[in-house]
Amino acid sequence: LSDMMLTPAAGVILVLTWIHPSYALYFHIGETEKKCFIEEIPDETMVIGKYRTQLWDKQTSSFLPSTPGLGMHVEIKDPDTKVILSRQYGSDGRFTFTSHTPGEHQICLHSNSTKMALFAGGKLRVHLDIQVGEHTNNYPEIAAKDKLTELQLRVRQLLDQVEQIQKEQNYQRYREERFRMTSESTNQRVLWWSIAQTLILIITGIWQMKHLKSFFEAKKLV
Amino acid sequence: MFIPTGPLRFYSEAWLSIFRMYRSFRVLLQVLWAQLLCGWVLGSELTFELPDNAKQCFYEDVIVGTKCTLEFQVVTGGHYDVDCRLEDPDGTTLYKEMKKQYDSFTFTAAKNGTFKFCFSNEFSTFTHKTVYFDFQVGDDPPLFPNENRVTALTQCESACVSIHEALKSVIDYQTHFRLREAQGRSRAEDLNTRVAFWSIGEAIILLVVSISQVVLLRSFFSDRKTTTTRVGS
Repeated sequence: LSDMMLTPAAGVILVLTWIHPSYALYFHIGETEKKCFIEEIPDETMVIGKYRTQLWDKQTSSFLPSTPGLGMHVEIKDPDTKVILSRQYGSDGRFTFTSHTPGEHQICLHSNSTKMALFAGGKLRVHLDIQVGEHTNNYPEIAAKDKLTELQLRVRQLLDQVEQIQKEQNYQRYREERFRMTSESTNQRVLWWSIAQTLILIITGIWQMKHLKSFFEAKKLV
Repeated sequence: MFIPTGPLRFYSEAWLSIFRMYRSFRVLLQVLWAQLLCGWVLGSELTFELPDNAKQCFYEDVIVGTKCTLEFQVVTGGHYDVDCRLEDPDGTTLYKEMKKQYDSFTFTAAKNGTFKFCFSNEFSTFTHKTVYFDFQVGDDPPLFPNENRVTALTQCESACVSIHEALKSVIDYQTHFRLREAQGRSRAEDLNTRVAFWSIGEAIILLVVSISQVVLLRSFFSDRKTTTTRVGS
């Protein structure tokens, strides 16, 4: 434990903390543009979203590695369009939520820049990663925490996957029920409205004839 | 206890040496946080809304030799079709399809760099489309940091691996099924509301037309005394 160990160790810290990791996918977003993503998930499912933003620098014609002062507003709505999370994060952020109702959740991001001058005609690069359900589990961490052997960890992963499949199947049953209710409602509506319209047709026809007959008799034309 | 090898060994030994040397909880936290940030993510799956006349592009950095798969499906909107285009770092088009509802494209990255794929709804004038895509890069991250293991997998472990692969494909099929079902369901819900509006509209039109017919006929006969024995048939 001497100065020899100090340099590589410091190097490792430097690498880990200053070189930003690149999340998988990125896209460009305009100044006031709001980008929304839809996640259709069963209930009691955890979703973890991580993002990182980079601002286009006109002087260097490249994207800056990090931009302090730049924030992103994250808004998450549940299937009943009720807002379950609405928070401002920094230029790098991580948000988590667990769904309580099954259905389409909407995750919206838009930038809320304080330095609008920098932004003039600028683009923002957003790296985004959204993990759902069993993909949110960090297996090396679980192995370390619960002290599992390799086989136990593999079985744990299989159990998590099977649990996700079960949840999805339950959700599918719920969706199929909704679909069936919608179809039956359409069926009922078509039936009743057809009958109603036929009745309206017949009644107005009869009324027309009666009214016109009495009108013409009054006019002494018949 | 597993023995890590390769770059991971350097990493873990450095980590231990840092902890031993500094015995500082703050440094430990910093390193752990950095480790968490270095997400082991190698695949992205997103569903987004594509407005009419819009184009949305996504970019991903890929290392040469990695096998990648791009899969997309249009969930709702219009005739359920979208234009898709995949370009490599030099701008060469690897995949281009117009008005496709669903497709899956696998390729091996021939170059290092940023691959770009775009979805375009520019041919549509008023329908918004919801598009799902799944871009898988490489294989799954290893479950353990000891991938260069010396011994082969035991029978139990290889059974676990094959069950894991089978379950992954089950989850994949479930996703596709869910998307197709979402398509059918959104059409059914559209139909339901349309039937209601059209029925009410037609009933109103019926009443209005029949009353106005009578009023019009009356107006023909009201001013003139000349007899017209022909009653409207």
